[in-house]
Amino acid sequence: MNMKPNMMGAPLSKQALMNQINEASFAIDEVLLFLDTHPNDMAALDYYRNAVSVRRQAMDIYQSQFGPLMADGVYGNRWNWINDPWPWEGGC
Amino acid sequence: MWRYEKKLQYPVNIKEPNAKLAKYIISQYGGPDGEINASLRYLSQRYTMPHGMQKAVLTDIGTEELAHMEMIAAIVHQLTRGLSAEELEAQGFAPYYIDHTAAIWPQAAGGVPLNANQFQSKGDPITDLFENLAAEQKARTTYDNILRVVSDPDVCDPIRFLRKREIIHFQRFGEALRDLQDKLDSRNFYAFNPSFDKKPAAPKAF
Repeated sequence: MNMKPNMMGAPLSKQALMNQINEASFAIDEVLLFLDTHPNDMAALDYYRNAVSVRRQAMDIYQSQFGPLMADGVYGNRWNWINDPWPWEGGC
Repeated sequence: MWRYEKKLQYPVNIKEPNAKLAKYIISQYGGPDGEINASLRYLSQRYTMPHGMQKAVLTDIGTEELAHMEMIAAIVHQLTRGLSAEELEAQGFAPYYIDHTAAIWPQAAGGVPLNANQFQSKGDPITDLFENLAAEQKARTTYDNILRVVSDPDVCDPIRFLRKREIIHFQRFGEALRDLQDKLDSRNFYAFNPSFDKKPAAPKAF
């Protein structure tokens, strides 16, 4: 899995950013469980840190450009948290 | 998708265990007007809400109810923590203790288990929002009843916080209902389902 933060180069599309968020988020979900039962595994901790950093950066870019994914991710001057579509409607 | 925050929404720090109170307060975990039922009700209803405002209110209140469920569990846990079987029995907790020791299990104060028949998800947003207004008032009444029999300030404090949230949720549901009604066809508010029927039936000639 390509888990490098996108520090330079062309800006990612909405879909590419969402893919990056989904990949990094699931990587965290997965390594979280592993670390719960292997809290001293340094390689897993490195993997966790990398995934967290990719997720943070991608979430920040996505939410500032395309709208909030979490309730504390509204960046603009309008409350767009209530905007359609919702996840169960085929939105992100 | 949900993520867990390793903190309570409002602190719970009870110094004196009291299993008798735990037996009452568990009702707001798994009772008919408890926080689990509230959360499941709102998070289930949101799929058939027609507009973003109502979807957001149900999502956000349904999410907050998960945090309230955790607070109630923390209160019950702290009220039963460290008690012996003899103490639990002396404080009227034996029937619960026999089945669940000092674990958290969703039941009403009278022992009736959590049951989805205690709430509706009807698929009609007017119907559902009216149910939610009633649900918030029922939960507030339960907290009022609890506060009448609790004197420990460590217990009263988080219960008072939860009671206040019921009032706020009632207000927001009322606003969400009013917004929805404003968007309906004024010919007919109640005789059609705005999430299911394409348009209201034309008035019939009698």
